[in-house]
Amino acid sequence: MLQLLQLIVSGAAIGCIYALIALGFVLIYKATETVNFAQGDLMMIGGFIGLSAMTLIGMPFWLAFLVTIAAMSLVGMGTERLVLRPLLGQPAFTVVMVTIGLGYLARGLVTMIPYWGTETHALPVPYKDEVIWIGGEPGSNDALVLSVEHLVIILATVALVALLFVFFRYTRLGIAMQATSQNQLAAFYMGIPVRRVNMMVWGLSAAICGVAGLLLAPITFIHANMGFIGLKAFPAAVVGGFGSIPGALVGGLVIGIVESLSGFYLPEGFKDVAAYVVVLIMLVVKPNGLFGDNLTKKV
Amino acid sequence: MHFLFKTRYEQDISLFRHNGQRFWYALLALALVAAPWLLSEYTLSQLSFIGIYSIVCLGLMLLAGYTGQVSLGHAGFLAMGAYTEAYLQANGWPFALSLPMSALVAGLTGVMIGLPALRVKGMYLSIATLAFGFILEEVVVRAEHITGGNSGMQIGKLIIGGIDFDDHVNFYYLVIGIAVTCVIGMLNLLRSPTGRAFVAIRDSEVSAQSMGINLAYYKTTAFAISAALAGISGALYAHKITFITPDQFGFLQSIELLMMVVIGGLGSIQGAIFGPSFWFFAQQLIVVGKDWLPSALGQQTGLQPTIFGIILIAIVLFEPMGLYGRWLKIRTFLQIFPFYRKGMFKRQKSYMKSERMK
Repeated sequence: MLQLLQLIVSGAAIGCIYALIALGFVLIYKATETVNFAQGDLMMIGGFIGLSAMTLIGMPFWLAFLVTIAAMSLVGMGTERLVLRPLLGQPAFTVVMVTIGLGYLARGLVTMIPYWGTETHALPVPYKDEVIWIGGEPGSNDALVLSVEHLVIILATVALVALLFVFFRYTRLGIAMQATSQNQLAAFYMGIPVRRVNMMVWGLSAAICGVAGLLLAPITFIHANMGFIGLKAFPAAVVGGFGSIPGALVGGLVIGIVESLSGFYLPEGFKDVAAYVVVLIMLVVKPNGLFGDNLTKKV
Repeated sequence: MHFLFKTRYEQDISLFRHNGQRFWYALLALALVAAPWLLSEYTLSQLSFIGIYSIVCLGLMLLAGYTGQVSLGHAGFLAMGAYTEAYLQANGWPFALSLPMSALVAGLTGVMIGLPALRVKGMYLSIATLAFGFILEEVVVRAEHITGGNSGMQIGKLIIGGIDFDDHVNFYYLVIGIAVTCVIGMLNLLRSPTGRAFVAIRDSEVSAQSMGINLAYYKTTAFAISAALAGISGALYAHKITFITPDQFGFLQSIELLMMVVIGGLGSIQGAIFGPSFWFFAQQLIVVGKDWLPSALGQQTGLQPTIFGIILIAIVLFEPMGLYGRWLKIRTFLQIFPFYRKGMFKRQKSYMKSERMK
């Protein structure tokens, strides 16, 4: 029982990362109907920026955190402006291909930047390798052992989601983003600069990925192929229903926990594919996901 | 400028549109036959690789370029072909039987993957193929008694009818022969009702359906054919590499195949050949160019992905029809010189087709 709880907590922590990346997909998808395959690589870049801020410049963790968010929103906005905007009105596959190219480019480019390189880096977070014992003496068998890294991920995700909720509900920009993603034309008629708002959505999405990168860094370390974890956010987004923000969060948690449990209870090898098996089952049983809307096309 | 007048019905079904085409393709065929005498062993082996990748790109082109279904798990089919070939060969099957078997096994896997395509489309389908690709890779890793798992698998000598095909010249002829057969088969397929149905599905699923095209049947067929071609390619790849491991067939390989197809030019058979040709040619160029660059830049392992990433993005932004589209423009420019106008190939912008109900 204790073990189950332990597995669920660590699964939920990884699930939160999937959820954050999936949230990034969903924000972009809702706003522009494009799927960004470079989302995981954005997370990787975020991790590297945070790493440089901490180890090269010597910033404290909280400051590096803020710097990463700021830098990543610039990266996101720049990507939209330079690469995605010229493709407005092109078929969806064209845009998908360009994001795949961006991811491929990012993985190569990162290894060429001095200091970042091909090595694996550890992010010196203040809470590294700490654990909390609940319900027993440290070292005893009947205590629940929680890694602080996992707890931080979960708490930070909850805080971030709350912040985003407030942002989308109460701020002018957040409401404009909602309006744009519901109906671009109507939003444009209401005086919302749709293109600029979409650029900001990219910025927001990249910033969320940057946060995910920093949170994940103590567990997996930072390296050029870290972005492949982002591929598991696709199952998360699909399970939740592409285009639904609460869906992305629930989907991420489901995928994370299923993965964690199958890693323990099923034979070796199932852990890596659990997410994909879940998504295939979901696509066959309920393609619209848990919270998705009907996708039948009107002629 | 050359005008084509059709005076006989045979001209409609001929593979070549006019004698000029016949001449150039004959010249190309001659060059391919003569290549072993003209080129070094290394270049010839690169040509074999181009042939092998052309076959899988042909399949991907059928799927992505002609049917409009994007597959992000194509390396999985390649793996199916390669491992089937390796396994059957180890059990003493002749190549003439094991190659069709590789195609068949990969094709059946394709049908399996095509089945979710009956329910989902667009991006959901891409994600389904991505998921299948990962699962296939993991299956290959875990089926250790057949595939040798992560430690890989050695492929025996390829001997057909007493002739040693591991010899690079013979192997080159084998690859080119199979590739040319596949191209001709594909050309004929695309002119058949099946091929027309594929294109109709790509252009609009709703109107294709209204014209009486069974979406489920044709999409599954497209997946099966595409996967079977990947299977053939995989079998040849296994013989070329002679040692296969699961990580050769990972997600990155799928992405690179897709990149080759897009760089070559979506929606054209020539594109499926141009793509891999360009890919291998550029690789050689980078290897050579490395020495000219300052060592801080030239010795980086990330140089190649960076360059290919930039090329891909540039192609999508500026030349959406790929290298083949560029070639069409150059050809038109020369044909109608000096009447070429700037906007002749201008991309039409369209309002985004929303998939939403609202």
